[in-house]
Amino acid sequence: MILLHTTGRILRQLRHDRRTVAMLVAVPTLLLTLLYFMYDGQPGVFDHIALIMLGVFPFIIMFLITSIAMLRERTTGTLERLLTTPLRKTDLLFGYGLAFGVAAAVQAGFASALAYLVLDLDTQGAAGYVVMIAVANAVLGMALGLLASAFAKTEFQAVQFMPVLAVPQLLLCGLFVPRDLMAGWLQAISDVLPLTYAVEALQEVGAHAEPTGTMWRDFAIVAGAVVVALVAAAGTLRRRTP
Amino acid sequence: MTSAIEVADLVVHRGARPVLHGLSCTIPEGSVTGLLGPSGSGKTTLMRAIVGVQVVRSGTVTVLGRPAGDAKLRSQIGYLTQAPSVYADLTVRENARYFAALYGLGQSEADAAVRDVGLEQAGSQLVGNLSGGQRSRASLACAIVSKPKVLVLDEPTVGQDPVLRDELWAQFRGLAENGSTLVVSSHVMDEANRCDRLLLIREGSLIADDTPAAVKASAGTDDLDQAFLTLIRRQGVPAPRAAGETSEVPS
Repeated sequence: MILLHTTGRILRQLRHDRRTVAMLVAVPTLLLTLLYFMYDGQPGVFDHIALIMLGVFPFIIMFLITSIAMLRERTTGTLERLLTTPLRKTDLLFGYGLAFGVAAAVQAGFASALAYLVLDLDTQGAAGYVVMIAVANAVLGMALGLLASAFAKTEFQAVQFMPVLAVPQLLLCGLFVPRDLMAGWLQAISDVLPLTYAVEALQEVGAHAEPTGTMWRDFAIVAGAVVVALVAAAGTLRRRTP
Repeated sequence: MTSAIEVADLVVHRGARPVLHGLSCTIPEGSVTGLLGPSGSGKTTLMRAIVGVQVVRSGTVTVLGRPAGDAKLRSQIGYLTQAPSVYADLTVRENARYFAALYGLGQSEADAAVRDVGLEQAGSQLVGNLSGGQRSRASLACAIVSKPKVLVLDEPTVGQDPVLRDELWAQFRGLAENGSTLVVSSHVMDEANRCDRLLLIREGSLIADDTPAAVKASAGTDDLDQAFLTLIRRQGVPAPRAAGETSEVPS
């Protein structure tokens, strides 16, 4: 119950911030539209990039939002106060997971609707799987954001963890250079980065009409990475501080 | 009278700086205890230790028969931090309802707490849009919403209008009469007269632990401000363990 109340509280905070809600919905759709015109006349290229972007936007945006939200909980004292109440650490962490998962589903829903219905995105597999993977990516971004916020003392530091933790994953996920063309050591790094599997899962949906075993395996890896990041984040929540 | 809180030989360092030096005190159940002392004297640190969020170096803090910070105490303790710790992007009522929900309480209890701190009119306003005094009352509402057995309030009346301050003290008294134990820190000496007991802290050590009347009697004055000064002087300034630090005199 406390978990659901916490989820509700986080969503209510989001709802009061109309501009953030508007940007959550509008920014990915605008960027997809931009991609559409950039690759005007090259539908194959657009399909390839837009599909991956549908998964990457929620990852980056939720990373940023969560790391700032959690930092605020720390700096305004609400975290310390929460930890003196019967709330369990998992109530808080999974509360964030659920709330931002819902926000990500709305965001991915709008972005996918635009991509498929207006921008003629073409994938072999169903759009529903794209949304599912996009939500998993958002939750991954959220979990890493929660973890990163523990190492930031100010908002300035928190936002800089985005390039540290998110950009390398983006560079090495196979979007810019196909993974099998990378140097061996780069591939090895790419192998341990969760976004790599998220992108591969999306590419599977793009290339196959039915969900493949690889897609489900990749999805499970992303989910596993979420759990690992959340457990690590729980370790950073200390009830007693110096 | 049984004791709600027992502090024995409490030593706390924050960073390299010793903040509490072997402090001991006993706080009786169902009482309002005032924690007085200048800024930086260790009031907040003692309160944090009672709530169980402070890393302590040595000594023990026992609350309702359990070590401070014990999981079973979390449903029985309320803590108001000095800086208002509420969500600025939620309304007053939403904040109170969320904290009520953490204790398994519903909206009616939350709305009652908002009423108790005199914020009924501002209930649907975002906390971020309130004045400083209102914001700290919103935070207070979240601390008293569960009517906890032990309520630790760090400067709850700072910046409040005198009429409201009077009403808040009546609330505190009412909670104590219903069996809650309150620890209230303050800078304002006239508030000290409303307490059952006073703990005067200076540079991390207790210099008095008695009823307001007894504190005044032992200092031979009717004015608490003056009594505090007399007690400090009697201890001999500067305090020996805080050598090198700037010593503060209470205002």
